[in-house]
Amino acid sequence: MNNNAINEVIEKYPSAKREYLIPMLQDVQEIQGFVSKDSVVMIGDHLKLPGAKIYGVATFYNQFRFNKPGQFHIQICRGTACHVKGSVNVLESIERALNIKVGQTSRDGLFSLEVVACLGACGLAPVISVNGEFYANVDNKKLFKILKNLRKEGGTK
Amino acid sequence: MDRAVIEGDPYRLIEGMAIAAYGIGASKAYVYLRAEYPLAIQRLKDAIEVAKTYGFVGNNILDSGFNLEIVIKKGAVAFVCGEETALIKSIEGKRGMPKPRPPYPAVSGLFDKPTIINNVESLANIPNIIREGAGWFNGVGTENSKGTKVFALSGNIANTGLVEVAMGTTLKEIIFEIGGGIPDGYKYKAVQIGGPSGGCIPESEIDIQIDYESLITVGAMMGSGGLVVMDENTCMVDVAKYFMGFIQSESCGKCIPCREGTRRMLEILERIASGKSNETELETLERFQSVLHMTDLATIIQDASLCGLGKSAPNPVLSTLRWFRHEYEEHIYERKCRAKVCKELLTFTIIEDKCTGCTLCAIQCPTDAILGSKKHPHYINFEKCIGCGTCLEVCNFDSINVE
Ligand code: SF4
Ligand code: FES
Repeated sequence: MNNNAINEVIEKYPSAKREYLIPMLQDVQEIQGFVSKDSVVMIGDHLKLPGAKIYGVATFYNQFRFNKPGQFHIQICRGTACHVKGSVNVLESIERALNIKVGQTSRDGLFSLEVVACLGACGLAPVISVNGEFYANVDNKKLFKILKNLRKEGGTK
Repeated sequence: MDRAVIEGDPYRLIEGMAIAAYGIGASKAYVYLRAEYPLAIQRLKDAIEVAKTYGFVGNNILDSGFNLEIVIKKGAVAFVCGEETALIKSIEGKRGMPKPRPPYPAVSGLFDKPTIINNVESLANIPNIIREGAGWFNGVGTENSKGTKVFALSGNIANTGLVEVAMGTTLKEIIFEIGGGIPDGYKYKAVQIGGPSGGCIPESEIDIQIDYESLITVGAMMGSGGLVVMDENTCMVDVAKYFMGFIQSESCGKCIPCREGTRRMLEILERIASGKSNETELETLERFQSVLHMTDLATIIQDASLCGLGKSAPNPVLSTLRWFRHEYEEHIYERKCRAKVCKELLTFTIIEDKCTGCTLCAIQCPTDAILGSKKHPHYINFEKCIGCGTCLEVCNFDSINVE
């Protein structure tokens, strides 16, 4: 992957303290969309931590992903408010429509799916977000429309 | 709610933190914020910069000789990091697992230095209290719960959003007056208060005053101040299962009762809600048996867990069991879900008179359980039906009946 970008992140934290581990991982994920193996090795060299320790921390937190996300990264909220408003159905429909499970990326590299606990928009439940853009009150009808539009957009790129 | 304070008026938090830090003589303060709230993070960052230029934070604040540095830490999303010792570990760059107390953080906390941890809402209240005096703050609320509380109303309710009410306001007022009641003519069933570790409050207790003590009497707690309203289309067994699933996946894994116990409880709940078609007698027996063990298991988890997450993990189950026992019984004995949520307990049939034979459902059914020829009424082979509900969703003629 793009190791220069990782180096830039590392240079932002010249004092190699353990407390910077999580911020570094967060920065890496922001740039690459996920935490790559290379980045773990490089951060490990910088902080003098074995890779296993870093993975230990990274896998503990829900925020970090280890697979390259699709062109459209779908986050579906499974918080309480969204659950009460039927987010399971939306989740199942997405899985069926895209033929992927949570945490996977579709074969064409177009879609990836992630479950999050409360996107902080409970009043608009059920909520999904695609690449950070929110869609409120999602039901199946709305969902299929969203997916259709995304497919179109993705196909033309 | 805390996010609203930070996004709306970050200076209140900064001022509160400065006063608190001055009070205890701390020179460094951390704000631990969820990474999912980028706007809040940005606004707080900007506000700290502005406060610095005016000399309200930084070195020698307002010529008092007092220094304070405020650092923002983005949490990496873990529910258990709401536990103070886990939060400290997370700031230190480690796995966010709680540790036994003592030593309390006030003695040895972040980087082994004395540390005080407070919630954003509390800190944001400080400036007003100092300015207006304690009497002003105490003028609102009940005898033991003072001031106001901000709730986030959501779920099956007409007006969603944040509401600030005086302590002691009744739940009824919040839901039916401020919240505008339940939409679409459905009936109120319960409200979940205090998030996954809290409890639910049924209709019979709706006149309860919201303050710290009264909530405990009905098995709920204030917690984060989330109020999720549920109408009659919500299945309480399913809600318990949902919370258990969440808690189970968020348990940090340090204590066996919490790690394994929550998993077992989830399995029991799943069994209660799972399908009937191909159950053997032994499985039925096991299902009954496990239910009997549920409350025992709950007590063990409560007693033997280290942190608040584990101690409160059985709450959703205990509180739904307390108020909605009949729903559990229906699921267990009659194998019925009155709210029609537990899909595996439902029987799907096609109403012959309504079906136009459009074949849409037959095409969409993932298990090919729907048979019939074009333009003739279809029927569902219930041995094959997995109760996924697809036909119900796709049918344009309302011809699917669910029981
Ligand atoms: S009670 Fe659960 S979450 Fe808390 S420390 Fe023990 S295992 Fe971790
Ligand atoms: S529960 Fe979905 S946004 Fe809060």
